[in-house]
Amino acid sequence: MLTLEQLEREQRAEERAARLLRSCINQEEWAMYEAFGLIRVWARAQGSAPASTGSGPTHGYLIYAHKPLVGFLAGSLALVGEFCVAFGGERLPPSDDVLAKWLALRGDERALIASANVDPIGRQTDPARVRRDLERLAGWEAERPR
Amino acid sequence: MIFLAMKAGHGEVLIAEGDLEDPEQERALIAAFRAQLDLGMWAAVPLEQPGGRRAAELVHRFEDVPRDAERVIFFPRAAGGC
Repeated sequence: MLTLEQLEREQRAEERAARLLRSCINQEEWAMYEAFGLIRVWARAQGSAPASTGSGPTHGYLIYAHKPLVGFLAGSLALVGEFCVAFGGERLPPSDDVLAKWLALRGDERALIASANVDPIGRQTDPARVRRDLERLAGWEAERPR
Repeated sequence: MIFLAMKAGHGEVLIAEGDLEDPEQERALIAAFRAQLDLGMWAAVPLEQPGGRRAAELVHRFEDVPRDAERVIFFPRAAGGC
């Protein structure tokens, strides 16, 4: 059990980490993180939504803090797997964990995925919840001003 | 240019700061960069692309850091986890 002092220290660390995350990611990704506690990253197309024609990204990932990355197909939104990665032996503040995943996915998706333990969907995440998150994201995006 | 490192229980820590136009400061940045990689850290440079989109580049050598980069963020190397 954490002491009050430890809790306050972790809270300060998380506030610092959240400021750094916000300074690095796109505005809509920050809004997504604030609204849902996750960030969706499209592969290859650097954050743009999948195109209706064949040139868009083929897949994307949902980034959750201290949970596996969840891969999904861009067109069907079918879930393809859990990619479990850890950054160091000690637990980073949640927003630092999210930022480390975001930086690594954006910077070198292959290296990150090559380092991951790959599990089928449902090992650590609830597939129903992930599908619900994808649906909520789609609805949220449709309502956001462009 | 500043170097930040993620630290468990703390958030980011400023580990180095310098001006690349000053050879002595550049040498210090190079040494700090190598020291972080020797500790098993990955180095990422946050980027702003045309149109304002945010991106990042993982760099393995100091020479690969864009000269106009403002920040390099170091974080522990990814490994299979969960």
